[in-house]
Amino acid sequence: MNQTPIAARPVVADAPRATSEATPPKISVANLNFYYGKSQALYDITLDIPPRQVMAFIGPSGCGKSTFLRTLNRMNDTIPGTRAEGRVMIDGQDIYAPGTDVVALRRKVGMVFQKSNPFPKSIFDNVAYGLRINGMSSSKNDLEARVEKALQNAALWTEVKDRLKTSALGLSGGQQQRLCIARALAVEPEVVLMDEPASALDPIATQKIEELIVELKRQYTIVIVTHNMQQAARVSDLTAFFWLGKLVEVTATEKIFTNPNQKLTEDYITGRFG
Amino acid sequence: MTNRVMTVLTAACAFFAVGILVLILGYIAAQGLSALSIQFLIDTPKPIGEGGGIGNAILGSFILLLISSLIGLPIGIAIGIYLAEFGGRGFGNLIRFIADTMTGVPSIIIGVFVYTLILAMRDFAPDFPQFTALAGGIALALIMIPIVARTTEEMIRLVPVSMREGALALGAPQWRVTLGVVLPAAASGIATGAMLAVARVSGETAPLLFTAFNNSFYTYYIDDPVSSLTVQIYNYAISPYPEWHAQAWAATLVLMTLILLINIVVRYLTRQKF
Amino acid sequence: METHRLLDRDLDILRDRVLLLGGETETALLRAMYSLVERDSAAAREVLAGDDEIDQLELEIDRLCIDTIALRQPAARDLRFVISAAKITPILERIADHACNIARAAIELNDEPQLKPYLDLPRMAQHASSMLHAALDSFTSGDAVSARAVIERDDEIDEIYNRVFRDLIEMMVNEPHTTARAARLLFVAKHIERIGDYVTDICELTVYMTEAEFIKHSN
Repeated sequence: MNQTPIAARPVVADAPRATSEATPPKISVANLNFYYGKSQALYDITLDIPPRQVMAFIGPSGCGKSTFLRTLNRMNDTIPGTRAEGRVMIDGQDIYAPGTDVVALRRKVGMVFQKSNPFPKSIFDNVAYGLRINGMSSSKNDLEARVEKALQNAALWTEVKDRLKTSALGLSGGQQQRLCIARALAVEPEVVLMDEPASALDPIATQKIEELIVELKRQYTIVIVTHNMQQAARVSDLTAFFWLGKLVEVTATEKIFTNPNQKLTEDYITGRFG
Repeated sequence: MTNRVMTVLTAACAFFAVGILVLILGYIAAQGLSALSIQFLIDTPKPIGEGGGIGNAILGSFILLLISSLIGLPIGIAIGIYLAEFGGRGFGNLIRFIADTMTGVPSIIIGVFVYTLILAMRDFAPDFPQFTALAGGIALALIMIPIVARTTEEMIRLVPVSMREGALALGAPQWRVTLGVVLPAAASGIATGAMLAVARVSGETAPLLFTAFNNSFYTYYIDDPVSSLTVQIYNYAISPYPEWHAQAWAATLVLMTLILLINIVVRYLTRQKF
Repeated sequence: METHRLLDRDLDILRDRVLLLGGETETALLRAMYSLVERDSAAAREVLAGDDEIDQLELEIDRLCIDTIALRQPAARDLRFVISAAKITPILERIADHACNIARAAIELNDEPQLKPYLDLPRMAQHASSMLHAALDSFTSGDAVSARAVIERDDEIDEIYNRVFRDLIEMMVNEPHTTARAARLLFVAKHIERIGDYVTDICELTVYMTEAEFIKHSN
């Protein structure tokens, strides 16, 4: 994939308004409450995420941004004792409605984690894993073509094409993370959730991931949780600020970094917290 | 200064332990080599003064280990998987408690238990054979199961959550995550646990006295009584004849070498490929 | 141990320097007008001599702004403050240049007989310097309300300027021999009028800094 340095971002109008009028939101969350057992982690979150844009979630540790991200593909279901109330609509379908096919949901909403987590398999088998699980390839050739495409989309192909059969654990940290992105892209998701995808990487690898994110939004809706505010500023079109399990504000990234609507957001952005 | 003292102290302890081990091995080798010969490894036991060997005991030990591994390893690993992946608080903890208790039960009790079972069977079917290789294998398997179950559980728990989540996020159902990702990642650890269990039971004598009993001849039938290295060593060791004592030392040397070989082979087969 | 934002120290220094530059500029304007009204050429030369210091201060503030942006990555309110400071600094420097021009005119005029008693010009200058003072106050306190009030006051300067303009043109027509001196005075008036406009720009930046709103070119 052609990687151009992140150039001037197209100006996004005040997003929530613009999206509700023009294209319908890809993800629409309404009055979402989330609980770990008895303790409430998210309070009445209402938020729209427009298609083919990058939305960043920022906020101090424990503010619920990662929890919220994981409600979008029901990854929290894997933690016993969790409970979600409210509505999360993706393409107009409530993903918490009874009878929802979680497997199909997670294929549609891919996820990349903070710590790169390649399987102890070869590079090829890592990318092919989701394809095989979901029975997505008709033949060996088709499988190979899909793996190559995913690796290309993750800007990793040229670096690994000569060693597809070697262990994924032999890759560098940045390459491993791009492999995980390729693995997520292979099953052709529409939304990609990223939970601090570059927090464990060095600046060069981080920059590659960031360039990739900006490149990927042409095809995918991307939601990224980050601790690094500059990263949110660099890659996202919209930024949502979470605090103590509440959504404080969501607005165009350039607005949040020059003139946020809420005092709380401004205090956080400018490091005046606490 | 304190640092150096600690280093010296711990190193001394390590040398002490290794020294004892080397002494034992050396003594066994020194005592055993005199009676060791190719003929000794092939022959069946003979009356005093006529030589004789442990060929049938070696074969018998292999048969017993094979039977116990075929029964004990799959069941133990399955229990371990259940405990790690699905075993919740109540039932899981009960199983854990039982497994831990079983590990502490003297092995002769296991032998007596299997013996009692067989006697009970003979009340219904008088033809039921009293001493068989199968009964010995089952007794050894009962010793293996709790060890394998607990080590498997521990090894599976060591697989990072992030790796499971990576697979779940691709839409894999829980059982495929367990079989396709978690087990391969834990394989070498599980194999080590299995190896430990095999090594442990290959040194068992007591449970075999009531189950596999002994046999002075070669046999391949699992419904026959079968000889084993440990029982043979026991019989020779408690005899009053110096010749048999020497043969017991030689058999001990063979047993230890076999355990070592099993270790090496299993390590080679389960070496980290990725 | 209590810690402070590293950025705060930088912003404090920056604010101090901008205030110092503002103070120097205001003094230059007042001294230049004094040298004209009191026919004191020595004071005018002082103003000219002091301009170097103002230029140095401008460079220092430029460096501070660049360093703060590069090293501290200010955001939101802090970013708007640094950007505003960076934009206000050259404006203050230009006001100081106008003060120098007034001082030069004063030196020329002081060598000739006084054309007429200066009434409107000192009033204009008084007005401009008090606007400058108020503008700097509103910048330091981040007070958009008073900044907007200062902008309103520019109309008065324009009004006096128009009157001075008419008077001086009339004088030139009626008494042609006064043309050279009248023209110089007209330039002085124009300088003061420009200073009023610059003060307006400073106030617009103060509004941007506090409210993130561009009011420049908005009417």
